[in-house]
Amino acid sequence: MPIKTVYKAQVEYMQILDENGKLDEKLAKDTLTDEEVLSLYEQMTVCRQLDEVAFRLQRSGRMGTYPQNKGQEAAAAGMGFAAKKGVDWLVPCYRENLALNMHGLPYHYVLLHWMGDERGNKIPEGVYVNPIAIPIGTQMLHATGIAWAFKLRKEPRVAVTFFGDGATSEGDFHEAMNFASVMQAPVVFFCQNNQWAISVPREIQMNSETVAQKAIAYGMPTIQVDGNDLFAVYKAAKEAVERARAGGGPSFIEAVTYRLGDHTTADDARRYRDPQELEAWMGRDPILRLRKYLTGKGVWDDAKQAKLEERAKTIVQEIVKTAEGIEKPTTDDIFDFTYATLPAELERQKSTMRTSSLGQDPAQAGLRDMGTATHGHSAT
Amino acid sequence: MPRTEAMIEKGLTLVDAINEALYQELERDSRVVLLGEDVGANGGVFRVTDGLQKVFGSDRVVDTPLAESGIMGTAIGLAMAGMRPIPEIQFEGFLGPAYDQLVNHAARYRTRSRGSVTIPMTVRVPVGGGIHAPELHSDSPEAIYAHTPGLKVVMPSTPYDAKGLLLSAIRDPDPVIFFEPKRVYRSFRERVPEEDYTIPIGQAKILSEGTDLTVVTWGATTFQCLDALDKLPEDLSVELIDLRTIAPYDRDTVIQSVQKTGRCVVVHEAPKTAGMGAEIATLIQEHCFLYLKAPVQRVTGFDTVMPYYKLELDYLPDGPRIAEAIQQTAAY
Ligand SMILES: Cc1ncc(C[n+]2csc(CCOP(=O)(O)OP(=O)(O)O)c2C)c(N)n1
Ligand SMILES: [Mg+2]
Repeated sequence: MPIKTVYKAQVEYMQILDENGKLDEKLAKDTLTDEEVLSLYEQMTVCRQLDEVAFRLQRSGRMGTYPQNKGQEAAAAGMGFAAKKGVDWLVPCYRENLALNMHGLPYHYVLLHWMGDERGNKIPEGVYVNPIAIPIGTQMLHATGIAWAFKLRKEPRVAVTFFGDGATSEGDFHEAMNFASVMQAPVVFFCQNNQWAISVPREIQMNSETVAQKAIAYGMPTIQVDGNDLFAVYKAAKEAVERARAGGGPSFIEAVTYRLGDHTTADDARRYRDPQELEAWMGRDPILRLRKYLTGKGVWDDAKQAKLEERAKTIVQEIVKTAEGIEKPTTDDIFDFTYATLPAELERQKSTMRTSSLGQDPAQAGLRDMGTATHGHSAT
Repeated sequence: MPRTEAMIEKGLTLVDAINEALYQELERDSRVVLLGEDVGANGGVFRVTDGLQKVFGSDRVVDTPLAESGIMGTAIGLAMAGMRPIPEIQFEGFLGPAYDQLVNHAARYRTRSRGSVTIPMTVRVPVGGGIHAPELHSDSPEAIYAHTPGLKVVMPSTPYDAKGLLLSAIRDPDPVIFFEPKRVYRSFRERVPEEDYTIPIGQAKILSEGTDLTVVTWGATTFQCLDALDKLPEDLSVELIDLRTIAPYDRDTVIQSVQKTGRCVVVHEAPKTAGMGAEIATLIQEHCFLYLKAPVQRVTGFDTVMPYYKLELDYLPDGPRIAEAIQQTAAY
């Protein structure tokens, strides 16, 4: 038997709107209308404003650690918009605030979460978005299970899961990909490859040339897109969502983007990242690019921009006011969601805020009254 | 790393002391390899491994892929093959993905190979709450690992103990989890000998001697206990024990102390039920039954998920809560 090739594969890269705001009209056909682009541009601008304000809130001690989304707004917007609000289910990590908001999660919930208040995770009725996920690479399995349930119940719904480049190193990621493929679950794996996992660059994270190629091993349709290009992200996302909804199983999208901020407010990227690299990516800012495009089309100008920026400020001020206006939870909040029904011991801990039994246990208090405390120290 | 002016003048923080121990052991023993997420160029998210990659190179201080099972599993292999790996898990909550490798493999290899395959590795893990961190960055899972035969579990509370215990852990022939209480990382400095020294694993430290009541604790709550002691009437003589090693813990020191005092309060951050406090209370019941003047009390975290930071201080045992339990136990 001579040696023969048994498998061959390739990965395509798609860009529709280039760095200078020039659109590939042919590829852009049937993607986004002008109205939609304008609306998404505005939403991205508000998201960016929120991000900047959140950063300042952390710096002034009004919020805990916060991971900026800055630079990744087109990825979140394109994927979020391609999924159907109220029907499809988003399973996020923490760098897609805009997608969550588009699907009905009020922004002040996101702030509450990072302000250390778990009520920020209480998903409103009818909103199909999971709480922000802190443990990396774990949530894609849940998305796969959700999608599997959709399939079992023959519901025309899709699960979309967001994760970073670093997350694709976790074992759970690979198990999710294989399960999704084997079960032909209607799930979209959306990787925001922002080139870094805290201080570890993609080249150290993996030896694969692309992230997208990992899907090939699982027999899954895959594509790499310019993640700072709203059109390309949307087009790929829409195809993947439609394929899943039509019973075509899972898909993978690698959105090539960049983390313009530090990993989180607890991080200082200057320790490990070449400022020139950051500089170069600043020029590929997804919001700037859309602005160039819209301006070139004649539907946008400086006056409109100024107005939008004002509006974004007001909106964000309101969001912050709402989040900060919510009073600190009572200590009941620590206990109440541990189980559907609290066991007696937990009820006792909740009502006394104590774990020691003396002073709470009537039987032992009785013993003390009967005089057994005579050997005791008279400290109380 | 070599000592800075500040360290020479004011002493070392917990972070400094651990860094110094790692530096000295990397220098002394060519088999030592540090591996983990962000431990290299970034020097770790808490800067515990700061500067080490520059000195020892990226083959010995290794930024790994983001995969805890991978880190733990390959560290096991490195150890089997004669290296002395020191894997870091970035936060205790992320021991989750590494659990299988740690508990089902590292802990059992000596037993299942009848001693022919051993895993001399030291798993460094920041632990505990109180630093305003996000979810899964504030837990205290030491009892889970103390309940795993084959693992040793260490949790120092001071820079001095950290250096000596870490050097012991690295040189230990068995796998050791070295929990580093985050709340103490930079909370104070103390004098630490620059030269090599070890503190035996399994030896508690009596922080203050006393005759009326014993308090047993470890990790960051040591300082909450000290705070509680300040709040007590002066004529109440309390013996404070910092366990330092959770497994195998220093039974003799606890037993001797409680046989002397007849009263004991155990304090830990972790949830109450099936926590180490339960183990210690039982030990006391077994060995000090006729000496006891009061039931052993536990001041611990609640039996809940560790809350996000807005409520973490309500969850964590603090000075007043500990002082109250001490006084009630003393008065019993
Ligand atoms: C299981 C787990 N391990 C480690 C961490 C610590 N950590 C938080 S974010 C991060 C890097 C994530 O990188 P990537 O997946 O690329 O997402 P990005 O932050 O770049 O969006 C790490 C290591 C974690 N949160 N969860
Ligand atoms: Mg990343």
